[in-house]
Amino acid sequence: MKKIALYLIVFLLTALYAIPAAAQIGNVYIHDPSTIVKCDGKYYTFGTGAGGLISEDGWTWHDGAVRTGGGVAPDVIKIGDRYLVSYSAGYPGTEGKTRGNVTTMWTKTLDPQSPDFGYTEPELVAWAGDDEDCWAIDPAFLLDPTTGRLWCSYGTYFGAIRIVELDPETGKRVAGNQAVDIAIDCEATALMYKDGWYYLLGTHGTCCDGVNSTYNIVCGRSRSVTGPYLDNMGRDMLQGGGKMVLSAGNRATGPGHFGWYVEEEGVEKMSFHYEADYNRSGRSVLAVRSLLWKNGWPVAADPFKEGTYEIESERRGYALELAVDFVRQQGGMRAFRIDPNEPVVSLAEQTLEEVEDRWPAGEIPVRAGDYMFRPHQRWTVTAVPDKGGYLGAPYYKITIAGTERALAVDEDGELMAVPAYTGADNELWRIEQLTDGTFRILTKVACKCGKQRCLLSTGDSTVAMGDFDFSSDNCKWNFRDR
Amino acid sequence: MSMTFFRRLFVSALALGLFAALPAHAQLDLSYHKPVLEDYFAPAGVAPATPDADGFIRRWSLLEPIAKPEIRTNAIFDDSYLNDEFAKIHFPDQMTIVPKDGQKVKLDKKTRLAWHCYDSKRYNVKLYRFATGLGLHPTEALYLAVTVLNIPEDVTVRLSVGSNSGSKWWIDGEEALLLSGDRRMVVDDCVSRRITLKAGRHVLRGAVINGPGMSDFCVRFLDGAGRPYTNFTVTNQ
Repeated sequence: MKKIALYLIVFLLTALYAIPAAAQIGNVYIHDPSTIVKCDGKYYTFGTGAGGLISEDGWTWHDGAVRTGGGVAPDVIKIGDRYLVSYSAGYPGTEGKTRGNVTTMWTKTLDPQSPDFGYTEPELVAWAGDDEDCWAIDPAFLLDPTTGRLWCSYGTYFGAIRIVELDPETGKRVAGNQAVDIAIDCEATALMYKDGWYYLLGTHGTCCDGVNSTYNIVCGRSRSVTGPYLDNMGRDMLQGGGKMVLSAGNRATGPGHFGWYVEEEGVEKMSFHYEADYNRSGRSVLAVRSLLWKNGWPVAADPFKEGTYEIESERRGYALELAVDFVRQQGGMRAFRIDPNEPVVSLAEQTLEEVEDRWPAGEIPVRAGDYMFRPHQRWTVTAVPDKGGYLGAPYYKITIAGTERALAVDEDGELMAVPAYTGADNELWRIEQLTDGTFRILTKVACKCGKQRCLLSTGDSTVAMGDFDFSSDNCKWNFRDR
Repeated sequence: MSMTFFRRLFVSALALGLFAALPAHAQLDLSYHKPVLEDYFAPAGVAPATPDADGFIRRWSLLEPIAKPEIRTNAIFDDSYLNDEFAKIHFPDQMTIVPKDGQKVKLDKKTRLAWHCYDSKRYNVKLYRFATGLGLHPTEALYLAVTVLNIPEDVTVRLSVGSNSGSKWWIDGEEALLLSGDRRMVVDDCVSRRITLKAGRHVLRGAVINGPGMSDFCVRFLDGAGRPYTNFTVTNQ
């Protein structure tokens, strides 16, 4: 009996440890996920083989997406009010058998329950023959926002990555278009356009080898969609070049099959799969990270780590704090002339116990002030994965360290701290890293206008809730551990 | 590189039926050029060659692939495996030979392989296409390559190599560089320590091993500032 109890404890501890806060939950098992696309309020991604995953909130996933055709490594793009889906199939790719093809098909909706759901007949749009220096699989779309032209990259390690032009009205290959070689030594490509640059993402390394898969996502950029795509060293991706976007880490190996999702200006996500998630039996799983931009290059954000932080405004650098008395500490400056022989001692930091009983028992206003690492300025951020989420992350509670006093919004949508966290939606927060590395902090509760409002510096020392605007430092925050 | 081995099996299992079922598209030109040796190589010229503008050495003597059927996956290419494999002697003068075009070596009673002196038409020497162009099995193989450098001045350089997959390189019989693991060919992937080459003739020798998939290499020298070093000629003797 003791043994059973011990096993039970071990099992429960293992189960609790198994799914880290940063990982998607539900059925996340997929390989070669397509770019995540939103359709009628739900998120969709398709993988190798039949079917795909659906999420209502971008955090919890389940199966149920339907894609005909089978094959491998699909991609999806919304064009107008329709969805263009591409997938590939081919012969084995072993020596002399590298024939592959890329097909496209349309559907009016991705929702298989909708009467409008249904795929058109697949159209062959790209092809590589036996023993060609290309293996035509892994398609990826780019609708060029500057020209309206539709492009499709495809290919894998056996030879070149190629790009072709498709007709955005029909999804068919543009008549007379010739494929252009744009990279080697990668697969699972993706294309982006941003600020005058075309970016080619490729997956480098070894696939399909479980925890030993060295898959990693690299990138080059070009002023022309057909290349040359150069990395940060000026090395052409046709020479194997590529700047790292994401490699293994956080107990998962083999990130690959990049997909770009732009939430709004300044809020970008990247979807991909890990070849092996150490917390899920080494299985291949869907993953989502914030996408940052550093000196014109995309970089995967690290997963947000729960912990205790100063929440620093980007506006002035002041720290979010409870509006309570600043309690002075003893020590330090007594005179300008210090006896150098006086012994040096380490001063104790102010503790919660020293000040907490001076705080009001009920709700406390929140403001910003000089950061002095005092208890009323130290916030503990904890994921609450069972309260839903948004694309790539769960909601969080934000409490004063060592207490249950929680950051919240009141019925009028104004900011405050409640005396105890209850799990109510008005005490839950959406934390997303922005493309410049700062964070936005949104309340889960939508205002009457339907928007989730963000923590906003209305003055250097005054914090309220308001509409997110990436161009304003008032909307940006940093989580600092100091 | 071996990822393809796993993936190809997976893809083929999923896709064979579908592929057969797809109708040919009326508008899409399904014709293609099947690669031949001449797409990648030309017989080595009589006159000494020079590195190309980016410093890549294109003149090489290549031995027909030594079969390594036991390599089912490149996952086995750790440092120890590669050091052991590259230390194996397959014919008596393997580490000293500067072969002539067409010269043959005897591996065993049944196996004789020929050296071919080529100028690569690309910066990267496509070993896979070297083999298929000669009608030989291109994968699960060890490739040996030799070239001769004629250096006009004493110079200190670094040897820069990218190879698919693992490889080892020697200058005048001294080991200069090991590229371990399941490698893709990337320009300047691995670079040697500084090497001082005296004015005169030097022999550069390489061994590249691969399991399933494409195989190639690219080689150049970099000067102290990391720029391609090009002030030398390349011959096959």
